[in-house]
Amino acid sequence: MLNTSPVLEFKSSTFFAPILILCSHDLVAIEEALQEKIRLAPEFFRDSPLIIDFRELNKLHLDLDFAQIVQLLRRVGFFPVGIRGGNELQNKQARELWIPIDTVRELGGTITIGETAKPETSQPAAPQPAVAAPREPQPAIVPPTTPAPATLITHPIRSGQRIYAIGDLIIMSQVSAGAEIMAEGNIHVYNTLRGRALAGVHGNTDARIFCFDLQAELISIAGDYKTSEDLNKQKYNHPVQIYLQNHALIIKEIA
Amino acid sequence: MARIIVVTSGKGGVGKTTTSAAIAMGLAKKGHKTAVIDFDVGLRNLDLILGCERRVVYDFINVINGEASLNQALIRDKNCNQLYILPASQTRDKDALSLEGVGKVLDELTKDFEYIVCDSPAGIEKGANLAMYYADDAFVVTNPEISSVRDSDRMLGILSSKSRRAERSEEPIKEYLLLTRYDADRVKSGEMLGLDDVQEILSLELLGIIPESKSVLSASNAGIPVILDEKSEAGQAYADVVDRYLGETRPHRFIDPKKGFLSRLFGGRK
Repeated sequence: MLNTSPVLEFKSSTFFAPILILCSHDLVAIEEALQEKIRLAPEFFRDSPLIIDFRELNKLHLDLDFAQIVQLLRRVGFFPVGIRGGNELQNKQARELWIPIDTVRELGGTITIGETAKPETSQPAAPQPAVAAPREPQPAIVPPTTPAPATLITHPIRSGQRIYAIGDLIIMSQVSAGAEIMAEGNIHVYNTLRGRALAGVHGNTDARIFCFDLQAELISIAGDYKTSEDLNKQKYNHPVQIYLQNHALIIKEIA
Repeated sequence: MARIIVVTSGKGGVGKTTTSAAIAMGLAKKGHKTAVIDFDVGLRNLDLILGCERRVVYDFINVINGEASLNQALIRDKNCNQLYILPASQTRDKDALSLEGVGKVLDELTKDFEYIVCDSPAGIEKGANLAMYYADDAFVVTNPEISSVRDSDRMLGILSSKSRRAERSEEPIKEYLLLTRYDADRVKSGEMLGLDDVQEILSLELLGIIPESKSVLSASNAGIPVILDEKSEAGQAYADVVDRYLGETRPHRFIDPKKGFLSRLFGGRK
């Protein structure tokens, strides 16, 4: 029998891309700041897609040529895939460069930076950690300030499943070995945590991980991590919290 | 409207086909008209376990491709007239299965059967995915060893995200645990994971523990589902599984080691 499979099909899917929020129109300063970020995490940023957000810039009435910033980003190794919050001229330039224009969804004067992550396992799109919060004054890049809603999950996270939450992630059930849970905010697991847990994946060093029973394969906050080999087995079967202090992960029992 | 059961595990060699044959026979023996489908296209085994390999003319793939009708392909079991077998093709591979094709066959079976048991192939590829896609209930067959438990856990993740019920946001597939090849003596001596160890990771509703038993192999070789061997522990355990699935209460057996002749005589030391 002849195989009559279709030539193509359309499917809807979501994937993660960091958003670069520009707050300065000084191209030299921007490039320097980007190179600094890339130097800190070259693997994270290699060939990363990027959405350029002009809202801050336009609020400050700073003018920036879209074609120039795209050229700069491509030169340092990014793939600009979208523009949001651009003015008429910037949008027109984007269209000429075949870069899609994202209409910013206004929510009472604030923006949502994405959908609340649903338990997503079928097409695990690797989340691209975005630019971390800079500490120096007058930053070229700042993280979005709108608090994202928390994601609540009540079913077990099984081996091979990946969960990504834009805000906090709250899991009422167990997280199996071989599962991966990630949040831009805090992670709470009110059960046994056996898989990998990564909090503050966009560089939020204040993010914490809380769990009832820490047996994780890996824990990470804002890129600083520990594998199960480094974890103190004495903390097993105790509720703990994990936070970052001077780039060291502190695991502390919750009394 | 039939209930579709998938017997799955992720890992191979844990007893999926043995379980499929046993529970399909058990359900049929209870008077429920049951069909059992071999999804292991290319590695046809179910017909051997059910002793009908010499009566296979048409198979599942022939039906999907419209080369034979369902009635031509279904083989009525010679031990129980309520049980029908839809064998896999030996000459094809899993690519011959399609989502629409499987759906069409299951739709047609649903009209005059009460239970449809889908015997999943090992792995998490196409064959296994299609076997579980339309399921209402899943029997997750697990051996008390760590790799089998891990694979079952992975399969549970797929069940909860890639099935038709998940895609339609309907009530999720009901998942049950079947712990097979359980050797209570080896559990006691610490060589094998115990029920508690497995449940700590999987936390599922336990449908039954099937003890490791020589009768399983001899039943397979004879082409008679082990559930018909009422003297064997495995046969009794499968009968309990069917009863529990149908809503009856049966205490779990075969968890603790058997007492030897002497300790029975003198009373075991505590």
